[in-house]
Amino acid sequence: MPSPGRRMPLSAPERLLLGALGLALFFAVWLSCSLSGLVSPTFLPNPGTVLAQLAHLLRHPYAGHTLPEHLAASLLRYGSGLLLACLVGLPLGLLMGWFRLLDNIVTPIFNGLRFIAPIAWVPFAALWFGTGLGGPVLIIFTGAFPPALIGAYRGARLIDPQLIEAARMLGTPHHRMLTEILLPDAVPSIIAGLRVAAGLGWQSLIGAELIVVSSGIGYMMVQAQAAVSTKTVMAGIIAVGIVGTVIDGILRFGERTVRRRYGVVGTSA
Amino acid sequence: MSAIEFTDVRRVFQLPSRTAVALDGISLRIAEQEFVAIVGPSGCGKTTCLRLAAGFDFPSSGAVTVGGRPVRGPGPERAVVFQHFALFPWMTVSANIMLGLRNCKLPKQECTERVAEAIELMKLQGCESAFPHQLSGGMQQRVAIARAYVLEPEVLLMDEPFGALDAQTRVGMQEELVRLARVRPRTVLFITHAVEEAVYLADRVVVMTRNPGRIKEIISVKPIREREAWDRLERIEDVMNQPSFVQLRTEIWRLLRDEQRTSEWSRKDGNKPGKENAA
Repeated sequence: MPSPGRRMPLSAPERLLLGALGLALFFAVWLSCSLSGLVSPTFLPNPGTVLAQLAHLLRHPYAGHTLPEHLAASLLRYGSGLLLACLVGLPLGLLMGWFRLLDNIVTPIFNGLRFIAPIAWVPFAALWFGTGLGGPVLIIFTGAFPPALIGAYRGARLIDPQLIEAARMLGTPHHRMLTEILLPDAVPSIIAGLRVAAGLGWQSLIGAELIVVSSGIGYMMVQAQAAVSTKTVMAGIIAVGIVGTVIDGILRFGERTVRRRYGVVGTSA
Repeated sequence: MSAIEFTDVRRVFQLPSRTAVALDGISLRIAEQEFVAIVGPSGCGKTTCLRLAAGFDFPSSGAVTVGGRPVRGPGPERAVVFQHFALFPWMTVSANIMLGLRNCKLPKQECTERVAEAIELMKLQGCESAFPHQLSGGMQQRVAIARAYVLEPEVLLMDEPFGALDAQTRVGMQEELVRLARVRPRTVLFITHAVEEAVYLADRVVVMTRNPGRIKEIISVKPIREREAWDRLERIEDVMNQPSFVQLRTEIWRLLRDEQRTSEWSRKDGNKPGKENAA
């Protein structure tokens, strides 16, 4: 919500223009650093080299696979982990918001666990589930699960009590309250939580792949690091950034659509 | 048999520091198709009365019956219209109105017909597929009233239904309710703090006092309305200009004002003088 006198809302083209300006500025600083000879190309290759490498990786395998193949492997793990986090986190969050007893049982342990960085689970993930699909999925799960649960929980807890009374007055049976009233009412909060979950999950995945697996974008970057191919590492970073932005963009669109439909004013950042 | 009956109802809330008596010795019988309004200062327990009849809350002692049956929980035979509408934001106007019927497991055909009829009754044509937030406050409350009426409830419980509306919309809705009471008479329990609204709408006005919440007096409006033929007047302001209306309104105002003074004096011991005239 804009505070009074702080700023006028900008139009979409204006925002786009400013975003492009920031990006251009970033590349300009980068370019001048490498062109001035201030920084050695081994430490910081110039943008042109990195973009050329990015284009090259699209077709030619590096560390066994092309960039799209690495990305596909990463996205498969990512999708599975995120899906699992939602399948467990969303129902559990809703139930915790609805049943005070369950809330009291789960919250202490949940709060204890959720502050452990996903990357800290790597040794266990590898030990318990191996380095194939299972291990990385657990890491993504530990990143994406807390925000997914919290989104659903908040949605369920913050429901207007009069809506529940209205639903009961209209004869909604107890067993359908959860699915017909609580869940739809929580959707804006759920999708906000999902956006955070998706972001954290993607970050966790790259972290996990740096350590555990033998394919995927993170793996490619580690191999490049070992070979001192800085341009490949940077190309990987850019690819990770682009995919992350696209994922967030899709969810942001979903969030906006939902909020508009529900008549919720403004967006959550 | 009365449609709604409160028998010596007491409702006590346990607060951390003390026990608050929200309602004490409430006895009230509302006849079938009677329109009863409860007025009183905030905190006098008038909304608690409605919640007891709705089944959202239960008396600490005494009994509340609707249609002769004790109230055991909320249900569609006791439809509630809330002050802040309480429409489901993810459902269209039609879906909001239909939810109660769907829960009654009526055939789809009948549901659709009754919803269409309710939409026409509340003049909501053209808004069927709108979402609540796209409507003005007055229109949203029309949807909430339609949602209650479509259930054909035994009693209609209205909790300051126009309290959240602006003055012009409010007047329109009051006239609308009078029209509804003529074409679709129902037993209504109506909570408000607006004296004029109560006198304009109700057959009887119950004046409540607070600390503890008790019935101070019950004023019959209906005989005067019929004698003075307020119904021949179409517009609310004409009714409100009638000497008989002004007199009633003033009488109720005085009761509330006395109440305000005495309750300020006797706040400490939680008791107050004043006659109790529960029916």
